[in-house]
Amino acid sequence: MVALSNFLILAAILFGVGIAGILINRKNIIVLLMSIELMLLAVNTNFIAFSYFLGNNTGQLFVFFILTVAAAEAAIGLAIMMVLFRKSGTIEVDKLDALKG
Amino acid sequence: MMNIAMPLFSAALPEIFMLCMISFILLIDVCLKEGYRIVTYGLTQLTLIAVFLFAMAQYREYPYPIVTFGDHYVVDKLAILTKLWVLVASFFAFIYARHYIKGRSILYGEYYILGLFAVLGMLIMASAYSFLTIYLGLELLSLSLYAMVALQKDSAAATEAAMKYFIMGALASGLLLYGISILYGVTGSIDILTIGNALQKGLHVHNPAMIFALVFILSGLLFKFGAVPFHMWVPDVYDGAPTSVTLFIASAPKIAAFCITMRILVQALPMLSPAWSSILVVVAVLSMFSGNLLAIAQTNIKRMLAYSSIAHIGYTLLGIISGPTSATGYSAAMFYITTYVIVAAGAFAIIALLSKQGIELDQLDDYRGLNARHPWLAFMMLLLMFSMAGVPPTVGFFAKLGLLAALVEAHYVWLAALALLFAIIGAYYYLRIVMLMYFEEPREDLRSNRIAISPGITTAITLNGMAALILGLLPSALIDVCRISLG
Repeated sequence: MVALSNFLILAAILFGVGIAGILINRKNIIVLLMSIELMLLAVNTNFIAFSYFLGNNTGQLFVFFILTVAAAEAAIGLAIMMVLFRKSGTIEVDKLDALKG
Repeated sequence: MMNIAMPLFSAALPEIFMLCMISFILLIDVCLKEGYRIVTYGLTQLTLIAVFLFAMAQYREYPYPIVTFGDHYVVDKLAILTKLWVLVASFFAFIYARHYIKGRSILYGEYYILGLFAVLGMLIMASAYSFLTIYLGLELLSLSLYAMVALQKDSAAATEAAMKYFIMGALASGLLLYGISILYGVTGSIDILTIGNALQKGLHVHNPAMIFALVFILSGLLFKFGAVPFHMWVPDVYDGAPTSVTLFIASAPKIAAFCITMRILVQALPMLSPAWSSILVVVAVLSMFSGNLLAIAQTNIKRMLAYSSIAHIGYTLLGIISGPTSATGYSAAMFYITTYVIVAAGAFAIIALLSKQGIELDQLDDYRGLNARHPWLAFMMLLLMFSMAGVPPTVGFFAKLGLLAALVEAHYVWLAALALLFAIIGAYYYLRIVMLMYFEEPREDLRSNRIAISPGITTAITLNGMAALILGLLPSALIDVCRISLG
């Protein structure tokens, strides 16, 4: 029997990898999109684990909505990336420095 | 046998009507020939007016809060007033946008349809009563805004801003969701009402996981607000986005974000107020400090207003901090954010009006001697800048006064003194614009450049600027409205 804490630790590690991917990635925007997806999947793992151990369906319902929104989000992210690539010819994160943030 | 209660569809009439109209406009827009694009604009504005009337009717129809759709949706005074403000702000934002996107390579129909979807997202946020509806409303708003920023496809700055906004927004949603998942694990519910009641009974209050969840949820919210540790996207997005989109981002979404903050912090997690108010004190002080100081160093007026918006968010948080112990804290915060939205929309509208086709006049230098070129526009800008700086008798003064009174009442005198100090620092860069407009000569190349504005837009900007003055002279009506909605 796998305990709830195992699922939570796994989700926390996935979430941490996702955040680290966004914050320290200096290479490629596609990696950023992957990191975002990883974060959302970590959240889904959390929801399903809690839902199972609480014996309550709400968490699984929430996951369906997150999956749908994540798909829409990925579509918009890729569309913006296409526009960016056409305009500047690169999708490297380091080259995004016209606006000094 | 499953027993499903029918939801009260009439409670969600504004949203349902809006969704039908958006689909209708989407179909109409595809069939329209190039010259008839004004129809899309007209239908968009008509939709906003109709939804406004529906929401007004609801205000009278539902004197007591109604919770329906399986506890996911609420109609109360806060929801309805937030909707009314969002609709008015969006109406003005679209009026100003029409002038701006004409002649730029921004897709006309798509702009309004995405804008309407963003408004629908904000309406859902206003009525959201569970974390699921809050998340869905927030994402509908954010996804539409990312696309709107990227609509100016030939501008490198706009696409880069869109990418940064997208990444930062997605990170914020991730943080918010992670917090919600922990909260669900602790309480077993995603309803604001159920969570609030469980905490009220003393359940879970001392569970350390609650603080963990709170930190993640707060970071997600502050990201969307653009408060200090999570503010780095604000200047880039405000600067890079087309000015009409900046105007939109800076106005209505702030009110909707305030509404969900009230729902989460005050209605779901009031028992954790010692924890969240001490976090917010740090965030508010840092926001006011760095927003005001960094704004001084800017030469681009859009970036300057972006940093100023960070500072104003800091001030709004002061009201939420004083809320648990002071009777007027929350309503002072709501008054502050609504009046800031009016003023910010006006200021960005003037920037959008001054820039001509192909040329963006958004450097501070471009505002030199505006009084000689267009005295009325300069006077409106003067009123708006005075209001942002908090000079009486404009509305910004009363907004700041209300916040300081609430802070003193809540025994945060040191915080009130600090806020006052930062307001004085902030006044410098607002008044610098007034000085540039009135006491300097226009630049040589701009002197002969006539500013042509249509009468309709002049009326809109006059209403907007005068609102800053008239609400300042007679603030009591709006203060009462804010009190009612949060009473």
